[in-house]
Amino acid sequence: METLKTCEFASAPINEALTPADKIRLLKEMLRIRRFEQAALRAYQGGKMGGFLHLYIGQESVAAGACSLMGPNDHVITAYRDHGHALAVGMNMNECMAELFGKATGCSKGKGGSMHFFAPDKNYWGGHGIVGGQTPLGLGLAYGLKYKGLTGSAMCFMGDGAVNQGCFYESMNMASLWNLPVIYIIENNGYSMGTSLARSSVFKSCLAERAEGFGIEWDTLNGEDVYEVRAKIQVAVDRAHQESRPTVLEIATYRYYGHSVADAKHKVYRSEEEIETYKAQHDPINLWKARLLEERVLNEEQYEAIDDAAKKEASDSVIFAEESPIPSVESITEDVYFEVDRQTAAGRTGRHFFND
Amino acid sequence: MAEITYREALRHAMAEEIERDENVVLLGEEVAEYDGAYKVTEGLWKRFGDKRVADTPISEAAFIGMGVGASMLGLRPVMELMFWSFSSVAWDQIVNNAGFVRYMSGGLINCPIVIRGPANGGTNVGATHSHTPENWLANVPGIKVVCPATPYDAKGLLKAAIRDNDPVMFMENTLLYGEKGEVPEEEYIIPLGVADVKREGTDVSIIAHGRAVLTALKAAELLQAEHDISAEVLDLRSIRPLDEEAILRTVRKTHRVVLVEENKPFCGVDAQIASIIAEKCFDDLDAPILRLSAIDAPAIYSPELERRQLPRPTDVVEKVLSICR
Ligand SMILES: Cc1ncc(C[n+]2csc(CCOP(=O)(O)OP(=O)(O)O)c2C)c(N)n1
Ligand SMILES: [Mg+2]
Repeated sequence: METLKTCEFASAPINEALTPADKIRLLKEMLRIRRFEQAALRAYQGGKMGGFLHLYIGQESVAAGACSLMGPNDHVITAYRDHGHALAVGMNMNECMAELFGKATGCSKGKGGSMHFFAPDKNYWGGHGIVGGQTPLGLGLAYGLKYKGLTGSAMCFMGDGAVNQGCFYESMNMASLWNLPVIYIIENNGYSMGTSLARSSVFKSCLAERAEGFGIEWDTLNGEDVYEVRAKIQVAVDRAHQESRPTVLEIATYRYYGHSVADAKHKVYRSEEEIETYKAQHDPINLWKARLLEERVLNEEQYEAIDDAAKKEASDSVIFAEESPIPSVESITEDVYFEVDRQTAAGRTGRHFFND
Repeated sequence: MAEITYREALRHAMAEEIERDENVVLLGEEVAEYDGAYKVTEGLWKRFGDKRVADTPISEAAFIGMGVGASMLGLRPVMELMFWSFSSVAWDQIVNNAGFVRYMSGGLINCPIVIRGPANGGTNVGATHSHTPENWLANVPGIKVVCPATPYDAKGLLKAAIRDNDPVMFMENTLLYGEKGEVPEEEYIIPLGVADVKREGTDVSIIAHGRAVLTALKAAELLQAEHDISAEVLDLRSIRPLDEEAILRTVRKTHRVVLVEENKPFCGVDAQIASIIAEKCFDDLDAPILRLSAIDAPAIYSPELERRQLPRPTDVVEKVLSICR
C-alpha cells in the first residue's frame, strides 16, 4: 500500500521529468543542509555564535523538494528555522555560516543572525523571528506578483504552532477573496517548542483543513518522501500559476533536535524512542538514498562522495566564517535607512540618528 | 537574609500571590508543563495545577486579550510574554483595551492585569527579539510600567503589580534572571512609583532603570576607585508612575546628572526625565544633562557588536568625566 502510493508520486509528471542528475542534486541539497547544520551545531557548542540556533535536521526533504520546483517567479519565505530553505534556494554555505558567526561577510552582514537569512536575488525573503509574522508577507509577495502580471507563486512556510496566529486567518481570507497565488506550507513537526500539536490546536482531521472555511484548496502530505513533496506542491504551484488561487498544504515531518539548541527538555516532552523511531524509519535522506539506489541512479561510492563533499563544504564554511572580520562599530547604524546609506538628498535632510 | 536569583524572586512573588488570592492565574506560552521558556514559572504548574497555571497556544492577541477581558470580570491574570518583543502581536489588546477600557467606560470598568516577561537586548537574538518597549507603553495614559533591576525589587514590585487595580506592564531581563541578591523571608511589597537610591554619592547623579542600573553601579565603582568621583545611583524601578521627587532630590544634591538606559535614544524614558529636570531644577544644574542610550539602530545580532551597542560601564564613566572635570 505504502509503496503503491510512493510509486504513484514517483510517476507524477513533475517527477517523471527528473533526470538522474536532478535526483542526485536533490540528495545533495538535503545532505548539504544536514552537514551545514551539524557543523553549525558544533560551532555553537564551541561558543562561536550567540543567540538561538533552530536546526532543521529531519525536515530537509521539505525545503529541498519544494525549492526544486521554483521557477523565475516563484518565491519563498519562512520562519526562523530558515537555514534549510536558504541553502535550498541556492545561498552558499559561507555567507550562511558567517552570518551565524556574526561576521561582516554574512548574508545579512552579521545583523540578522540565525533566524534572519535573506537572499532577495534568489527569491528568498527570509528568515522571520516572530511566529506567524511571515504569513501576511507571503500574501504580499503573491499580491505583488499578481499586480505585476507575473505568473508565479509565493511559497510561505510556517510551523504547526504558527497556525494559531490571527494574522494567518486574516491572510487566508484575503488570499481567497482576492485570488492570490500564495501557497501556505505548514511544516507540521508535531511540536511548537515544548507543546505537542494536541496541546496547542484543535482540528477536525488536520490543520490544513482550516482552509476549508475560506474556500481554499488544501491537502496533506508525507514529508519524508521527496517524490510526494514535489508532486503535491507542484499541484499547488500549478494552481497558483494557472488559476491564481491559494493553497494550504500540511506536511508531516519531524525535527531531530530540540526547538533550539538551548531546548534542554526536548527529551522530556517527547520520548527518546519517538525520536529514534523517526530517525530509523522515516529519515528523508536515508529514504531518498534507498530509492535512488533501488532505481540505480546512485551507488554507494557516489553517495559517499556527495556526502564527503557536503561535509567538506560545511567545514570550509566554518573556516571562512572564523577568518572573516567582525563588522565595524560604525556599521551598527548602517542599513537602517536606504536614503541615509545612499546619501541621497532625502538622506541628508533632517536628523536621522540620535546618539550624541 | 537569603540570597536568591531574580528568577526565583519573581517565582516566589507569583506563588505567594496565587496562594493569597484565588483570582490570580498565570497564563502564557510554555509557562506550565515546560516550566517556562526562561524557567521563571518552574514548578508552579506542578504545585498549583491546571486551573492556576496554564499553557496557551502561540496566539498573543487572543490570550492577552483574554486576560484583559477576564480582568474586567475581576480575575487577576498574570500573563507571561515569552519576550516583550511579542507584545507587538497583541498591541491592540494592550493599548486600546487594557489601556483605555477604564477611561472609555467613564471609570465603570478596571483592568487589574499584569503582563510580564523579558524586555531586553544583549543576548544576540536579533532585532525582532530585543525590544525594550517601556517608553512606548509609558506613553499610554492608563498603563503602568515597571522595570526591576534586582531580585529584591523584582519580588516586591511584582507583588504590588498583581495587587494593583490597573494594567501593569512588568519588564524583566533575561540577563538578570540569574543575578543573585538578598531577599527577606517575610512578606514585603514595594509600591509602584517609588525610586530607590542604590548608591549614595555627592558629585554626580546617575539615573537608570532595569539592567542599566547594574551598569551604573559598576561605573560608580570605577569612578570612585580611579577618579575619586562620588556618584549617586538612582534606580527608577517604576517608569509610570514615576518618582519625580526622587529625581529632583538627587539632582539638587549633586548638581550633575547622567541618564543611562538600554533603550534607544529617541523619546526614550530618559528624554522624559531630562525634560523634567530641565524644567524643575534648571538652576540647580552645574552642567548639561547628559544621556547615554543604546546605539540608535535595531539590535544587531553580531555578538561582539551587540555588547558595544548597549551602554557599558566604561561608556558611563566617560560621560561622567566629560562633566565632572
Ligand atoms: C509571536 C511570537 N510568539 C512566540 C514566539 C516564541 N517562539 C518561537 S518559535 C515558537 C514555536 C513555534 O513552533 P512551530 O510554529 O511549530 O514551528 P517549529 O519551531 O516547530 O518549526 C515559539 C513559541 C515567537 N518567536 N513569536
Ligand atoms: Mg512545529
